[in-house]
Amino acid sequence: MIKRLSLILLLAGLGSVFLGLMLTYSADESLNQTASYYAEHTAKDLGAANIVTAIIVTYRGLDTLGEVTVLFLTAAIVGLVLAQAKRREPGRALPPAGELLLTGTRLLLPLILLFGAYVFIHGHLTPGGGFQGGAILASAMLLLLLSNPLQRFSHRLITVIESASGALFVFIGVLGIVYAGGFLDNRILPIGTFGELFSAGAIPIIYTLVGLKVGAEFSSMLVSLSETEEL
Amino acid sequence: MTLTLTLVMSILLAVAMLILAVMAVRGKRSLGISILSAGLVSLLASVMFLLLGAPDVAMTEAAIGSGLTTFLFFFVLSRVRRGEHD
Repeated sequence: MIKRLSLILLLAGLGSVFLGLMLTYSADESLNQTASYYAEHTAKDLGAANIVTAIIVTYRGLDTLGEVTVLFLTAAIVGLVLAQAKRREPGRALPPAGELLLTGTRLLLPLILLFGAYVFIHGHLTPGGGFQGGAILASAMLLLLLSNPLQRFSHRLITVIESASGALFVFIGVLGIVYAGGFLDNRILPIGTFGELFSAGAIPIIYTLVGLKVGAEFSSMLVSLSETEEL
Repeated sequence: MTLTLTLVMSILLAVAMLILAVMAVRGKRSLGISILSAGLVSLLASVMFLLLGAPDVAMTEAAIGSGLTTFLFFFVLSRVRRGEHD
């Protein structure tokens, strides 16, 4: 009885908090100071058509490095925990995947990979970027694993892609300190024509590296999850 | 006209998301259906993000929220079930 009463009280309290928030909410009429700085200076200074990308990769590039590091730690911990688990023996028979799944995988896999690469290469022009493209690449891996759970991938290749792109990301950031305004400054390369694929300095390169890194991290998690049988 | 259409779609999406979320939490039929409805909530949320003008968030939500997370839940569920039988 007391449990139920306290539950109702909790719900009522949460409801009143959110009601208060909703009633006092009013949409901003204009951009605040930081936002208007970004809106005015992004195209002129950095040459990126997508302001979100310019903020994520250049203005707040250090945060992105931190996020990628968190993801790397997660993948490393998953790999560490599952490394002690029993491997699934390859000889065990599984029910075969359906015709629909197999054909769908063969048809969609190249398209999904291509779309993932498109998303991170065009990060400075269209919505999306390294994280989104990497997640799309990993979903292609997921489809491959679903259609054939006994598929084996080269852990060495995934590790090499992951660490090489991570190291290059930091290296480009340091180049920014030496040749341009600061860590991860994209103006180490010419800004180029606004709106073209090879423009906005180092942003396409950085986002390609981030995309490969994120894709490799998610893939390594998926692969190590599907390869182990029991803890 | 376009504004009202978006509004109607948002309300429909929100109602569907709430129903699916309640289905996922209650889980009366089976855990599999719960996981599927949680994945559907994410998928509808990504459509909602698209309507609100955030296509990049929508992409992340669709790929991670409804794709990878659903796989992860099913994977853990199958492992837990296997543990039950042993």
